[in-house]
Amino acid sequence: MEGDIVQMGAYIGAGLACTGMGGAAVGVGHVVGNFLSGALRNPSAAGGQTATMFIGIAFAEALGIFSFLVALLLMFAV
Amino acid sequence: MKEGKTLADTKDAAETGLVFHPMDQFQVKPLFGDGPIGVFTVTNVTLWMALTVLVIVLLMVVGARGRNIVPTRMQSIAELAYGFVYKMVEDVTGKDGLVYFPYIMTLFMFIVVANFLGLLPMAFTTTSHIAVTAVMAMAVFLAVTILGFVKNGLGFLSVFWISSAPLVLRPILALIEVISYFVRPVSHSIRLAGNMMAGHAVIKVFAAFAAVTLIAPASILAITAMYALETLVSFIQAYVFAILTCVYLRDALHPHH
Repeated sequence: MEGDIVQMGAYIGAGLACTGMGGAAVGVGHVVGNFLSGALRNPSAAGGQTATMFIGIAFAEALGIFSFLVALLLMFAV
Repeated sequence: MKEGKTLADTKDAAETGLVFHPMDQFQVKPLFGDGPIGVFTVTNVTLWMALTVLVIVLLMVVGARGRNIVPTRMQSIAELAYGFVYKMVEDVTGKDGLVYFPYIMTLFMFIVVANFLGLLPMAFTTTSHIAVTAVMAMAVFLAVTILGFVKNGLGFLSVFWISSAPLVLRPILALIEVISYFVRPVSHSIRLAGNMMAGHAVIKVFAAFAAVTLIAPASILAITAMYALETLVSFIQAYVFAILTCVYLRDALHPHH
């Protein structure tokens, strides 16, 4: 095994950045779950709100993607 | 990285246990020869972007040429795509946003076709590169910002001043809004590129496990499932990119909350 402490730190950091995925998962699940519970109460109004749901998913997901970006930067750019 | 070397070579395939590196598929290589990549070098990105444009032209121009009352299969796909994007722009942006429908249609068709072509085995996913998506996102950002100032003058700045919030909170909210406004092109581009890159890398990781006899059946099942998911994600990401463009456009046309 070769390598130095900086590389070790980068790899550990990249692994730790993956915990951000959990946050994105909670966020997206929350958005869709609440949409579904509302849609089942009033199915006639649900169709018009799917676009809003996707916008919400996109915003929740963006922050999870940022953690992926941090992992990539640590792996390939540092 | 050195020219002509893949990641699998540099990382020592025997040590990592992978025959190929999952990120190898994203390498930009010249199509002819092994020379350095300049501005005008024809690379695999060029090839797959050209194929994307070709498929769109075949679908939307040649496929819809007949204008039959009872549409053929190609024509009904083209009509479905057109109607889908048209309704989305109308719903999100309003009637006055329909002037910008051709731009959003172009973005949507390019992204969705590039994503689907990238799912073909041995294909190159052009949208998995931040360089490609960043150009599209910056174009949207600049266009929307300029449009906002042209349409509303300095009144466009009221997009940062949320008049429905309590007066004490407004300066803090304005700061947050300014930050989130300038993060838009970053999140807009990284979302598409990150989703595409991550999905394709996952497929390749499972493909590497298929070489181990013991877990090969499970791995092949996982690849099939990931492919189904990726097909869905390809479409949803194109949809999300287009709908966020519509949302930004709505902010530029009607900045008052």
